[in-house]
Amino acid sequence: MTTYFNEMYDNGAVRAPYARLEDWMRQMPAELRQMKQAEAETLFRRIGITFAVYGEGGDPDRLIPFDMFPRVFTAAEWTRLERGIKQRARALNMFLADVYGRGEIVKAGRIPARLVYENEAYEKAVVGFVPPKGVYSHIVGIDLVRTGPDEFFVLEDNCRTPSGVSYMLENREIMMRMFPDLFRENRIQPVDSYSERLRRTLASVAPAKCTGEPRVVLLTPGHFNSAYYEHSFLADLMGVELVEGQDLFVEGEFVWMRTTEGPKKVDVIYRRIDDAFIDPLCFRPDSMLGVPGLMDVYRSGGVAICSAPGAGVADDKAVYTFVPEMVRFYLGEEPILNNVPTWQCGKADDLKYVLDNLPELVVKEVHGSGGYGMLVGPKSTKAEVEAFRLKILDDPDNYIAQPTLALSTTPTFVAEGIAPRHVDLRPYCLVGESIDLVPGALTRVALKDGSLVVNSSQGGGVKDTWVLAE
Amino acid sequence: MRLTVDHVTCYRYAAPVRGVVQSHRLTPSVFEGQTVLDWKVTVTDGLQGGSFRDGAGDRISAWSVIGPVSEILVQVTGTVDTRDLAGVLRGHRETVRPEVYLRDTLPTRVDTALIDLSEAAEGADGPLEAAHRLSAAVAEAIAYRPGVTEAHTTAAEALGLGEGVCQDHAHALIAIARHRGMPARYVSGYLFADAEGKAHEAAHAWAEIWLPGLGWVGFDPANACCPDERYIRLSSGFDAQDAAPIRGIARGPGAETMAVRVAVCTQGQQQEQQ
Repeated sequence: MTTYFNEMYDNGAVRAPYARLEDWMRQMPAELRQMKQAEAETLFRRIGITFAVYGEGGDPDRLIPFDMFPRVFTAAEWTRLERGIKQRARALNMFLADVYGRGEIVKAGRIPARLVYENEAYEKAVVGFVPPKGVYSHIVGIDLVRTGPDEFFVLEDNCRTPSGVSYMLENREIMMRMFPDLFRENRIQPVDSYSERLRRTLASVAPAKCTGEPRVVLLTPGHFNSAYYEHSFLADLMGVELVEGQDLFVEGEFVWMRTTEGPKKVDVIYRRIDDAFIDPLCFRPDSMLGVPGLMDVYRSGGVAICSAPGAGVADDKAVYTFVPEMVRFYLGEEPILNNVPTWQCGKADDLKYVLDNLPELVVKEVHGSGGYGMLVGPKSTKAEVEAFRLKILDDPDNYIAQPTLALSTTPTFVAEGIAPRHVDLRPYCLVGESIDLVPGALTRVALKDGSLVVNSSQGGGVKDTWVLAE
Repeated sequence: MRLTVDHVTCYRYAAPVRGVVQSHRLTPSVFEGQTVLDWKVTVTDGLQGGSFRDGAGDRISAWSVIGPVSEILVQVTGTVDTRDLAGVLRGHRETVRPEVYLRDTLPTRVDTALIDLSEAAEGADGPLEAAHRLSAAVAEAIAYRPGVTEAHTTAAEALGLGEGVCQDHAHALIAIARHRGMPARYVSGYLFADAEGKAHEAAHAWAEIWLPGLGWVGFDPANACCPDERYIRLSSGFDAQDAAPIRGIARGPGAETMAVRVAVCTQGQQQEQQ
């Protein structure tokens, strides 16, 4: 029987960060709770926040359930997490600068050349080009799970365009509206500066050819995209234009935005469009979402693109295994945050181990996301395990396996009252001229009893995440 | 050999378009096999954008045309001194690692017939001989015949047809070389074909295979040889689309038609013509 770390109760005693929440919890009768829950739902619907977290699929108009029970970190816990997150974000960016430059980490034999140079996310078009300020991944979303008071593991890195930060901001907003007393009783560090910090980060990587105040825009694939709400929300908060490909055009050495007052030069593009679609003259020629000629302007220093095309090679599931190695290689430090031990089914020894221990492991597709197509050994029937064994044998390269982690739980409102449910954590680290992290994150919660899968497409919800002041 | 190039591409739009944006790789590569004496690219009413050398060593130049416009001409003229290096791309500066060119793309994906074809290299004495054998196998399996294949034909389809043009030969050779773990890429350029030569178009394409000790070496299955002093190299890529000397797009609904005229002559020939 696995025991799980409960973030609120330690052997029946309330852990410090949750001290002031116990009374709040006890004093909330079921009727009030139901009323508040309905109120929260109405607020979310009114705002229109109904999108799925990046790549999770599912109905884009479905509301992701919001759990009112906050998740809490002490200042000390957060300080350590913050150091670990920033360390990792820094190493990932140094890795990208290296593999598009001299490739020292490959030459040193610390990561196989094949994993980097034959990777589909490695963009030949930007080899040798150094993006403004040398930054490739400007928003690094790092997915973490906790297994004990001081034990955190990184599940995966998101170096391209991690989404979900609007939930972090909205969850806080709604909690403050519904429970203002809680915010008087607890000293909770604010997260509302995120949008301004994001804008500053983006403006700080304006290209050399930009003189004066940089014009930043947010490039969205359009309203049919599942994260469109977040795109418009962030553009609005930052006070920058939300544009689609057709609103921008290339002329001469620059990218321009059509406006009613004539064309305006654009200096920084925060794009929420995948590499393959951003410029039909460089990548997929059939893309209607991008801006023809954008990559030539970018590579001749006329505009900055965030994240930099090609940044995806750092967040590949196979490259993930080597991130601790990156931290040691580039920073000469020991990683503060651990990776989950990972077996590559493409390697004979690893495959044997995986097949021998299948009922205990979690197996994922290398390029999969959203909790689809994965096996959670301990939660599966014998038949499901055997069926999955055949899938792995059919294409071993396509699978990685990890031990089933004992994800921490936090108290969560459920139909029967309050019960522990498993959670993960996605902080959003900003990398520009400097590196920055707001004291907060998105907490996803597996609402099904016993479930370890927090993805919204698999019945996951979200929570407000507090970091207490010292 | 001193070669002169006169290459005109004419784009016509059924209805005037609001603007045109192009990305050119129309400048001869810099390596020991060719020296540019003069070279000029013009675009009707074109506004030149950024120009830079990319990681593969190609000179990329951006152009835009402000509309309304219903016809533009892209004119390339120049003179290049060439040397026969037996296909070896000596002295070419590039930073993209050869392994990058092991990745397949849709037109260069192998099927069982291509895998069978790749067995031509079985038992070869070293990679150089293997590459020659692969090139010869492609030349034998795909006969030169224009009009059978089109721009989107894949290597597998061309092999199935048994006929094609230089693009199909290059794709097939790239596919089977990569299948054998040899980095391979597509090259666009010009070819001077004299009176006795086969009637290939002067706008030409071939493949390069990376060989240990030699680096990138060109192979032209369409002419069953390695590029020599009759060839001018412009650009490279994973496949024809990725290596295209001109990629462009027009803003506006007007249907586009394109006409190309390319002449590659020796200095002597040109004087005779005058």
